[in-house]
Amino acid sequence: MSYSTINRLTPYIFLAPAVVVMAIALLYPLIYMVFGSFRAWDPSQTIGEAEFAGFANYIALWHDPNFHESLIVTLKFAFSVVSLEMLIGVGLALLLDRSLRGMSVLRTLFILPMMIAPVVVGLIWRYMYHPSIGIFNQTLESIGLGSIDWLGKHALMSVIIADIWQWTPFIFILALAALQSLPRSALEAARIDGASGWQQIIYIKLPLMMPVLIVTCLLRLIDAFKVLEVILVMTEGGPGLSTEILALRISRTATEFRELGVAAAMANYLLILLLMLTVVMLAYNKLQEIKEARIKALIKEEGI
Amino acid sequence: MPKIQLDGLTKRFDDIEVLHSINLEMSDAEFTVLVGPSGCGKSTTLRMIAGLETVSAGEIYIDDRPISHLEPKDRDLAMVFQDYALYPHMNVANNMSFALRLQKRPRKEIDARVREVADMLGLTPYLHRKPAELSGGQRQRVAMGRALTRDSSTFLFDEPLSNLDAKLRTQMRAELALMRQRVHKNMIYVTHDQIEAMTLADRIVVMHDGHIQQQGAPEELYKNPVNKFVAGFLGTPPMNFLHATIESQGDFTYLTGDGFSLRCDAPTLQRLANYTAGEICIGIRPSDLVFDPHADVTTSLSLRVDIAEYIGAQSVLICHCGKQKVMVELKSDTPITLGKQLTFSMALEDLHLFNPSNELAIPRLVDVEATRLIKKTGGNYV
Repeated sequence: MSYSTINRLTPYIFLAPAVVVMAIALLYPLIYMVFGSFRAWDPSQTIGEAEFAGFANYIALWHDPNFHESLIVTLKFAFSVVSLEMLIGVGLALLLDRSLRGMSVLRTLFILPMMIAPVVVGLIWRYMYHPSIGIFNQTLESIGLGSIDWLGKHALMSVIIADIWQWTPFIFILALAALQSLPRSALEAARIDGASGWQQIIYIKLPLMMPVLIVTCLLRLIDAFKVLEVILVMTEGGPGLSTEILALRISRTATEFRELGVAAAMANYLLILLLMLTVVMLAYNKLQEIKEARIKALIKEEGI
Repeated sequence: MPKIQLDGLTKRFDDIEVLHSINLEMSDAEFTVLVGPSGCGKSTTLRMIAGLETVSAGEIYIDDRPISHLEPKDRDLAMVFQDYALYPHMNVANNMSFALRLQKRPRKEIDARVREVADMLGLTPYLHRKPAELSGGQRQRVAMGRALTRDSSTFLFDEPLSNLDAKLRTQMRAELALMRQRVHKNMIYVTHDQIEAMTLADRIVVMHDGHIQQQGAPEELYKNPVNKFVAGFLGTPPMNFLHATIESQGDFTYLTGDGFSLRCDAPTLQRLANYTAGEICIGIRPSDLVFDPHADVTTSLSLRVDIAEYIGAQSVLICHCGKQKVMVELKSDTPITLGKQLTFSMALEDLHLFNPSNELAIPRLVDVEATRLIKKTGGNYV
């Protein structure tokens, strides 16, 4: 083999292990799942023995009110956590973007929740929400406000609060990074131009942070659709179906109801939803690139 | 159009004092240029006037009203930044009208004002472009347009031309000079470029190490620098400094150094009457030296010409007088041979003399009276 051939192959050789791992751990199960979703498949059968069922699983799900309920819960959960997290995360970033004594310690503290394993987060919150020994109800009762049925009547809200606690830091650090990379002199110019603190935020800071915020928002949305552990530990989807998000329903359909084909079809529906979000995100990035390229071409053309 | 006054203005960053009690007065519609090498405190001074830096001690007055506690937006200033500081997400028109829109002026008035300024600066074809779609010179013009649209009483410029290439800088400098003829406002301009300072200023304020060295009209500073720093800072090529001793031989007094011996005439003797030290530093502008093969040895330097830098009508000769380097500026058609020892004469009254121990100038007798006048009118001599 000549040197030039080796040189040309080098990058592919380095990439090969990762490609192999991806193929085994990601691509193979994915194809397996798509294949299985078209079959009436029971866990006691191998996939070869399962009967081909065409689109029957998909059609059944399409008309299944429980699946609808689950989908609505997921959408409610995802959109409320992401919008609240964006609001609080960006707000905190705007508030803490200044040099004060002890600010680095404070920032580290804010990021801590993100570093805790989701199962642990679920357990922590489950104990805090406990109707009699939980810290929330004990505090409420001690100041005479009466207890709240956190994980019963208000289960979805409680789950949303826990997720906000864990994931707001993610948005906070990205928003803070975006803020700190803003051109300082443009902000100074705005101050001289007469912008108040709020006006600087609305007219200068937020518009300039927008590209980062949009990508952050989409990333969080994709993540929120896949949430499982925290809710599993806290409520197991109950009471009733009130917190049964799709990921949880998929796992229950496969294990409790022993309907692997239906579970696979449901997972595919979720996959399609997430793919759409991903495509939106990629399209947004592409759009930005095209914009930049157009400006470069324009400048080149005018020779300026 | 206000009077701006700095009274004992001091700036400390932590424990380091970078600006030491600056006193300065800028009158109505005056173009003041703060000039000095980097780190001299000129930009800090400007940013304190703008309200972007806090004042550590002292006070800034606008029309005798203290303003150092006010937010930048309440000071009625417009500022042009070195890196333009345009709002990247707004087009040119919106960049220029931002301040007016914040003031909630009527739409019609804003449009008219933007159009007027854009016309003046040649920006009309670009009003709908974003800053990224403009060249450096155009961005600079937008930054100036943004300041002009505001119609505030004072303009601050923080090295506005230093991000431009040499050719564009010359062109923009001329445009600035034109603009200042049309706009009768207070302008405070910071630069490290002494040519910008000389060409634009009504008054130059030379700063060094957080102190004002000298202030006055460009011509005044060029002709009568009060110390060695100002003398060396203003003028290209820079002033030559030669070390000399004062020696009496018979009836005459000579300024003698490595490779020269100048005989003092009567005015020079009078100038040195109160000067008692034996050592002296002689400053000679490169343009004050004249090629003169027949000059008397007592009024000339004998220089070995090492290099001739041709820059068009003029050439700059880099020479040696003994071991000291001397630059001469003369017409390019002067017959000069490289590597030869040649004679250059000068008029003794053109000499600048400095005390080498404190670097202060020993003024000419005719200037002493003028200096007294300037001192009376608020000139700031260290």
